[in-house]
Amino acid sequence: MEDTIYNTETIVADPMVPTLYRVESYVKETSDTFTLAISPTGSALEVKTANQKQLDAAPGQFNMLYVFGMGEVPISISASPAVGGLLTHTTRDVGSVTKALSALKVGDMLGVRGPFGTPWPVERAIGKDVVLVAGGIGLAPLRPVIHELLARRADFGRLVVLYGSRSPADIIFKNELKKWKAQPGVIVYMTVDRGSSSWHGSVGVVTRLIPKIRFDPANAIVMICGPEIMMQYTVDALKQRGVSGDDIYVSMERNMKCAVGFCGHCQFGEHFICKDGPVFTYDQLSSLFKKPEI
Amino acid sequence: MKNLELAIAKHPFFDDLPEEDIRSIAGEANVVNFKDGDVLFKEGEDADKFYLIIKGKVALETYTPGRGVINIQTVEDGEMLGWSWLVAPYKYRFAAKVITKTEMIVINGTQLRAECEKKPVLGYEMMKRMVRAIAFRLEQTRLMLMDVYGKRPKKN
Repeated sequence: MEDTIYNTETIVADPMVPTLYRVESYVKETSDTFTLAISPTGSALEVKTANQKQLDAAPGQFNMLYVFGMGEVPISISASPAVGGLLTHTTRDVGSVTKALSALKVGDMLGVRGPFGTPWPVERAIGKDVVLVAGGIGLAPLRPVIHELLARRADFGRLVVLYGSRSPADIIFKNELKKWKAQPGVIVYMTVDRGSSSWHGSVGVVTRLIPKIRFDPANAIVMICGPEIMMQYTVDALKQRGVSGDDIYVSMERNMKCAVGFCGHCQFGEHFICKDGPVFTYDQLSSLFKKPEI
Repeated sequence: MKNLELAIAKHPFFDDLPEEDIRSIAGEANVVNFKDGDVLFKEGEDADKFYLIIKGKVALETYTPGRGVINIQTVEDGEMLGWSWLVAPYKYRFAAKVITKTEMIVINGTQLRAECEKKPVLGYEMMKRMVRAIAFRLEQTRLMLMDVYGKRPKKN
């Protein structure tokens, strides 16, 4: 009996060994984006340990999701099990593994390693205005921050969410965006790159919203997640508003494989995105942005 | 300052413009409220007005056979709309339709252009401000052309 417990603990503690999870729900967000809510399986101890690890995950961290026979992909947590009881990931089917993930059904199994990486600076944002800028699927890694900020609303100043999407049909978490917008003291602006006849919202890039929003640039924390080029232009616009690079956080994406800084696949300058990131201050990366060699 | 002059002075496009110029522009302007669905101008019409949005949202549209009317970009609070009054042949290149209730300063572009011809300092100032706005719009358009949220196949 003791041996069994010892072995289980050893397995769970090894960052390279996945825990078995079951798909509990599958929600299609857009034509190519979906949300998987999963829960751990196995012995009571394995389930308890896995749940605790994921409950301890901070907004911005990611897990390695393993589709057996296909491979692993790093996917940001889009909702903690603390919200709704299930571990949730939202992603887009852009490669072979994410396509295989998109084909999973309720009851199917997958492997999970994690959580890994650096979190968004929620505690640093206490007492400050918080501006979140998301582009495309980049809203998914910021969603746990929004959940936390809303749960602790009194701890923070103004909360502004700027969200840019390709088209109205590509907007994810539509119902939640409406709910967030309806909360007092929360500003949500959405814009799309390509409008449609039924779209009465803004058409244009997300960066154009920066000069218009009300916040205190000297007392604010900004968190950005989206394509790198969008993040760079957002940072430029924020700097014009007087936000310091040390108060701007970006979430980077690279080809992460081991997730613990061993393999080197995700090296970005002197950083490993999986271990030193994915969340960095802009100042940490400013010399590396837009460098074709990196 | 009168209400109209104050509205012009407060608009970001005319930020820090000398009072004398603001008074002169006010002589060619009005604050007008538009409702959802109002068409400000159509593609190819004479461009004789310059719009400064105080509050609201206007869509720049064009018609494409097979796709219908396309909303190219929205122009919103604190932004300017229409530079064709300043650029020969003074014809609007796109249509503009109000999509939410909008309050605007509407300036007679033909008169303002004549004023700019007469007063080169004002003319140069208008050009600088217009170029800044156009450059900002061009940068946004380039970003939109990059289709940054588009799907790019990945290995996994």
